[in-house]
Amino acid sequence: MEITPPVNMTEFFDAVQNIPLIRYALLAGIVSSLTFGVVGSFVVTRRIGYIAAAIAHSILGGIGAAIYFSRVYDLPWLTPMVGAVVAALLSAFVIGWVSLRAGEREDTIIGAIWAFGMATGLLFIHYAPGKAVSLESYIFGNILLTSRSDVIATVVLGVIVLTLVGLFYHKLVAVCFDEEFARLRGVSSDAYYLLLLALTAISMVLMVRVAGIILSLALLVLPAATASRYSRKLWVVILISIGLTLVYNTGGLAFSFQLDVPTGPFIVLIASLVYGLSFVIKRIMKA
Amino acid sequence: MRSNPVEDTTIALSNGLCFGYGRQLVLEDVSFTISKGESLCMIGPNGGGKSTLLKLMLGLLEPNRGTLSLFGKTPEEARCQVGYVPQAVRFDPLFPITAIDIVLMGRLDRHRFGFFSKECREAALVALEEVGLADLSQRPFSDLSGGQRQRVLIARALACEPELLLLDEPTANIDLSVEEQFIETLAQLKGKMTILMVTHDLDLISEIGDSVLCVNHRVHRHSLPLSGETIREIYSGVRRVEHDRRARHQHGDHSACEHD
Repeated sequence: MEITPPVNMTEFFDAVQNIPLIRYALLAGIVSSLTFGVVGSFVVTRRIGYIAAAIAHSILGGIGAAIYFSRVYDLPWLTPMVGAVVAALLSAFVIGWVSLRAGEREDTIIGAIWAFGMATGLLFIHYAPGKAVSLESYIFGNILLTSRSDVIATVVLGVIVLTLVGLFYHKLVAVCFDEEFARLRGVSSDAYYLLLLALTAISMVLMVRVAGIILSLALLVLPAATASRYSRKLWVVILISIGLTLVYNTGGLAFSFQLDVPTGPFIVLIASLVYGLSFVIKRIMKA
Repeated sequence: MRSNPVEDTTIALSNGLCFGYGRQLVLEDVSFTISKGESLCMIGPNGGGKSTLLKLMLGLLEPNRGTLSLFGKTPEEARCQVGYVPQAVRFDPLFPITAIDIVLMGRLDRHRFGFFSKECREAALVALEEVGLADLSQRPFSDLSGGQRQRVLIARALACEPELLLLDEPTANIDLSVEEQFIETLAQLKGKMTILMVTHDLDLISEIGDSVLCVNHRVHRHSLPLSGETIREIYSGVRRVEHDRRARHQHGDHSACEHD
């Protein structure tokens, strides 16, 4: 997105140098681009976008529970991030287990987890003692609230996700493409499907910080969807979506800071526009 | 080798096998043997249990009663000796993957972490060569024609270096114009390994089949020491012949069936 900005960017670069918050946000954005690009490509390819959305919404339940219990029982280690990771992984396994074993319709369980997570989150936050919790930053995201420990968590979770994908790349691809055949070749398909859902869950936790619960799905799916319009090789799709997410995260942060607009919506808006443009460009390329 | 010749040539052995989803039995009292090097075609009406029998042989389903063994082992234990070719239509045509990457999936049991070994890549290329698609190895799956996709799936099964090849209606979605070439590909495999395929394709049966496994609730093996022409004649009205036989089977008249 080459927009000639009406403002010059020196203000942003000054901020990066002088304000730690901006530095953290930028760092978190860069590191998470790798995670989002990789996992987003798998999510789009395997068509589990709605599972990712349900996980994102269930995260509010974890955040709410963490805030409630940490305040009621004075547990400082129980941060919203811990609650979010636990809730996301739990939902991923419930959805995975139900669709693999219980024979319930997948979309039904997705809807149930989605609403259950939001409902428990809102109730916990309602009953949590102490100062009021700002829901807005969770629902719409605020990358500028990134703290030093958040950056560390982002890096650690990102490294875990990328290592697992790196080690099991071919098995994950095979299970996504043809679960049955993978099983015949001695790959425990169910375990790898659950692994994919777990990786998606961790990504959604990181994503909620940037774009919030509601907008996070767009940021996960749109770069990979744009990329897969231009390549039919998964690793190329992954590289393109990493690149796009990197541009969206850093560019979005810089421009939204400069123009003083909320970061999450701004990033998602750009991602959507580029995705829309990709149809036009593809048509022009074909003509 | 000489001491136990039966052991050496029997690939599959089914004895009194019964299977049902829920209470309804799909397969009942199924007994047959398949010997090394044979090419068998599995025919029968839809819902007669062909796919179920294939899944039992792959160890994806467990028999309710009776036994089924491959290479003297359970089907699950024997998986590494079995190559499986599903129908190509089952797959997501938008999946971003190249032909060679699909074929490499046949080597997954020899792969642990990270990249595939050089040996696996070479084996995959050889398998693609065998089905005549070596020059399309880097082509995305979605760019291939129906026949080419099916051949990629055969190459994937060949990359397993199987002793027994199971195919599920390999010519079901192939244009007539390329079918001949496709059957030629399969015919080249005949004799190199034991082949069992579900098919309704008369050309395929006459070209490749040594015998026919007739699956309709029960299973009967029909030897076909017949010429291609004769098979064509018999099966030109495959449904009529099948129903006729089924009716007679049920009345205990097996005169139309040549059992082994």
